Amino acid sequence: MVTDSALKDQAGAPDPTRLARRLERPTPTTVKDSRGYKVFTVINVLVLTGVMAITLYPFANIIAQSFSSEGFINAGQVNLVPRGFNVETYRTVMADNMFWINYRNTVVYTVVATTIAMVLTTTYAYAISKKNLRGRNFFIMVAVFTMFFNGGLIPNYVLINAIGFTNTIWAIVIPNAISVFNLLVMKAFFENMPDELEEAAAIDGLGTYRTLLRIVLPLSKAVIATMVLFYAVSFWNSWFQAFLYLDDARLYPVTVYLRNLIAGATTATSVAGGSSDGMTQVASNIQSVTMVLTVLPIICLYPFIQKYFVSGVMLGSVKG
Amino acid sequence: MSTPQNLEASSPAGGQATGTLSDGAAAVAIARTSRGAYPQRSWRKTLRRDWQLYSLLVLPLIFLLIFRYMPMAGNVIAFRRFRPGSSIFGDEWVGLRYVELFINDAKFWEVFQNTLILGALGLLIVFPLPIILALLLNEVRRIWFKRLVQTISYLPHFMSIVIVAGMVFQIFSVQGTINQVITAVGGDAVNFMQRADWFRTIYISSEVWQTVGWGTILYLAALTTIDQQLYEASRIDGANRWKQTWHITLPGIRPTMVTLLVLNIGTFMAVGFEKVLLLYNPLTYPTADVISTYLYRVGILSSNFSYATAIGLFESLIGLTLILSANAISRRLVGTSLW
Repeated sequence: MVTDSALKDQAGAPDPTRLARRLERPTPTTVKDSRGYKVFTVINVLVLTGVMAITLYPFANIIAQSFSSEGFINAGQVNLVPRGFNVETYRTVMADNMFWINYRNTVVYTVVATTIAMVLTTTYAYAISKKNLRGRNFFIMVAVFTMFFNGGLIPNYVLINAIGFTNTIWAIVIPNAISVFNLLVMKAFFENMPDELEEAAAIDGLGTYRTLLRIVLPLSKAVIATMVLFYAVSFWNSWFQAFLYLDDARLYPVTVYLRNLIAGATTATSVAGGSSDGMTQVASNIQSVTMVLTVLPIICLYPFIQKYFVSGVMLGSVKG
Repeated sequence: MSTPQNLEASSPAGGQATGTLSDGAAAVAIARTSRGAYPQRSWRKTLRRDWQLYSLLVLPLIFLLIFRYMPMAGNVIAFRRFRPGSSIFGDEWVGLRYVELFINDAKFWEVFQNTLILGALGLLIVFPLPIILALLLNEVRRIWFKRLVQTISYLPHFMSIVIVAGMVFQIFSVQGTINQVITAVGGDAVNFMQRADWFRTIYISSEVWQTVGWGTILYLAALTTIDQQLYEASRIDGANRWKQTWHITLPGIRPTMVTLLVLNIGTFMAVGFEKVLLLYNPLTYPTADVISTYLYRVGILSSNFSYATAIGLFESLIGLTLILSANAISRRLVGTSLW
């Protein structure tokens, strides 16, 4: 693919910062701009500012609502600035035991699922990155085919029920353990490692396991970090798997807690309870707070992790 | 839009790699011509030599077998009677009964049509926007500004669909921002989330909001690979910025466009199941209900497993056909292929 030549030169040691910076390189222009182009530049800046405003608005809106009082939200007066500022809603939500149980579940599911996914993805990617592995193409095809054809919802559901994963953590952390996209990114990375390293390791008498653990993995920190983030964010954000296979509210991740708030089948009725002003209004308050608390970790980490994601996506398209 | 994916691995071009470690090309040639005892002996040799490497494959292969290939085989219940609790592959053959059932189901054709419309709207509206945004970003000279726009526009990609749905509900609610604007200019508030005629607009806008920024990454990467000398040469020939964009930039990113288009066509039928499931309600079913949500209700909520599986299989087969034919067309027309 077209990104091929751009990445090949650094594919051996992809430094996320450098890759990200590459995207930011402006087109060098030395000739004086025409008047038309100057007009365009102004319009362009306005359009892009508009894009940023539209992107940020929903975030600003939920933050404003989370600090607003019920009356103002209900009267349709809250958009960017909180009206009737208060932190009561935060207190109410944070006093809900179930919220914290579900929040902790999200953390546990994310950590366990990411660990399992990393072990399976790394070992498979490493093995299929060896060009002299006999049957390599078969093993690659076995994985890639699942990208284009999958069993579908019902057969998966039937299977998970049949093996007794329903209402256990395993229904969440195992079935999505290998993402083929991530697998191919890691494979591309391992393929680009210099062969001499492993040849030297072999001469020193290291077997495959120890070469992988002591030589290859320590040199792959960048790609491992990227993969961990890819998996962790996708598990943190997932809800449907839990929604489908878990019946016990104590097992829900926080996304399902939030989904139930939004769907009105609220688990927080007890929290909202007492208020005679009707459910919708209270819920929209509480929804905003729950949303803010759910996205907070990602927003806080985002500035630091963004470049890894960008480089990961680009690594994934190295040769496509 | 689908995540850009690397598909190089499926390349059959590397088909020579069946040889063993040290035997080299000659041995490969032998192994290929005489498929008798030789490969067998060499497999044993290979295993003895590389068993540690193969052992690394065991766990992931078991995973793929159970959680990817078993459900594929499980699709057989589309043609067999299935009782919950008994074999996951069903009890007895019933032939095409369930297929006939859905072909004669008016409701199925309604959701089929909804799926096509939402997919087509996505392709027409959501697909081109990242290209335009990438081109606009490419014209920005101030790096800090470009970086700022990128950082902010990537952000929605990291949000859970549940969060996005929550935001949609708040902004389109009766007291939400859109209605605040409508009432401010003297209109009447619209209950958007309960109106079938608004669902597609809302769905597509939320898709645009969440995916367009992130979708620019591969285009921006492609833009950096365009030979800068082309621009200089065209400038000497008197081409203005617009002509340069048309004759140099766009052809330069065409392979990326085609690849992503093929991928998008491949996921055409799988329109955001989770998002629709979160956003729709019985009042908006006439426009919102798609194949995947319909089979979810029929299969899981009403326990018609075989019937829903037949629909799901039909959907997957269309998806597979779409991506194969899109790829074949793109290979013939522009010489770009996924594999």
